[in-house]
Amino acid sequence: MIRVILPAHLRMLAHVDGEVKLDVEGEATQRSVLDALEARYPMLRGTIRDHVTQQRRPFIRFFACEEDLSHEPADAPLPGAVASGAEPFLIIGAIAGG
Amino acid sequence: MSNVRVLVGTRKGAFVLTSDGKREQWDVSGPHFAGWEMYHVKGSPADPNRLYASQTSGWFGQIIQRSSDGGKTWETPGGEKMPAPGGMPVGQSNKFVYDTTPETGKPLTTHQWYDGTQHPWEFKRVWHLEPSLTDPDTVYAGVEDAALFRSTDGAHSWQELPGLRGHGTGPKWQPGAGGMCLHTIILDPSDPGRIYIAISAAGAFRTDDGGQTWKPINRGLKSQYIPDPNAEVGFCVHRLAMHPSRPSVLFMQLHWDVMRSDDAGDQWHEVSGNLPTDFGFAIDVHAHEPETVYVVPIKSDSEHIPLEGKLRVYRSKTGGNEWEALTKGLPQRDCYVNVLRDAMAVDSLDSCGVYFGTTGGQVYASADAGDNWAPIVRDLPAVLSVEVQTLP
Repeated sequence: MIRVILPAHLRMLAHVDGEVKLDVEGEATQRSVLDALEARYPMLRGTIRDHVTQQRRPFIRFFACEEDLSHEPADAPLPGAVASGAEPFLIIGAIAGG
Repeated sequence: MSNVRVLVGTRKGAFVLTSDGKREQWDVSGPHFAGWEMYHVKGSPADPNRLYASQTSGWFGQIIQRSSDGGKTWETPGGEKMPAPGGMPVGQSNKFVYDTTPETGKPLTTHQWYDGTQHPWEFKRVWHLEPSLTDPDTVYAGVEDAALFRSTDGAHSWQELPGLRGHGTGPKWQPGAGGMCLHTIILDPSDPGRIYIAISAAGAFRTDDGGQTWKPINRGLKSQYIPDPNAEVGFCVHRLAMHPSRPSVLFMQLHWDVMRSDDAGDQWHEVSGNLPTDFGFAIDVHAHEPETVYVVPIKSDSEHIPLEGKLRVYRSKTGGNEWEALTKGLPQRDCYVNVLRDAMAVDSLDSCGVYFGTTGGQVYASADAGDNWAPIVRDLPAVLSVEVQTLP
């Protein structure tokens, strides 16, 4: 079970409170976690990754275990603590503007 | 007695304002989608409880929202968690993908960037949603970078009408200060094939065949920045307005100049007349008097504020040229708000109501065609759009 924390705007859009808990098939990677997230909450498609390119949107960042994973390959394994559910996978709206 | 429902899009959410026909007491519902930029909210003429809303964010991109109960509840079309097996692909309602030519699969065209070089089209947001006059599930979307999309399945999925971008002048289109947006869509009630659109900063265009082919309709427009007086495109059209009983008569707030066309845009002439400044964004037509037009003059393109700190709507009852200031109930000192292009609308009650919103968060209403004004609300986030529904 993977724990995902969404930014407030996306929690509002998906009508969820607090963490999202997902069952992810196979290895836990950015791609597999986001695939599972979007399958469960289709309204989030296009808000984290581009619909066509599947690239992370510019002002979205991924963190876990106090590390910035935003530039890691989409198919790289996530830290074991995320895969085990001990630590959440954080999707962050970058702080920008004043 | 009839009711009115005012749909307000702001920088930080949408609001629904409702009143009876007297338009004196108002209920305020919202914010819906608090914190999101709500560029436009509009109801279907064919089913007034069907609303469409453009929800955008620099972080999370574009969302389309839909309501089937007049704005009480909302849904993202295709956002259902458990779609039927073999059913419509889910999560497509915010997927705006520009068409590519079937022969090459390459982008249809490029447009002119600020530095004069050619630049690929990049989808940013939906500025304007225009529901069909006859089908609640058909809706048009004007987007940035400028293109026209259409959904025929209640906004589950969108397809570009590529004839607009592909008609030939695309490489000469360029973004205005607010981006290269398709901000105006007007459907001709007498001719299903005719649609008018406007783009900043390309100009106005018309189709007579339901969107397959388009022609620029900018003859007679002048721009101090364009040396060629016969330029086909390149004009910063801010807004078009039409009275449904006379669909070939158009009014335009150009960047500077208020313009009029009596032949469906084939030729324009200036009707700024005695306006104190003819820069502005919003323009609309009285619901029952096709020659009565409203504008909100703004000082200049470098100072987006009213002249002399006075918020004044100007009304012409002669189809332009002769304008009167409407000031009763509007602030006449120390007022420095702007009124954006999609932030004015009229209702169709017997005594025509006129509404507009400001970047200062006020929504003003007049229940007597502009003679007297009062704020419905004073302290919303900056208003991006105002639409009105007249309900039975």
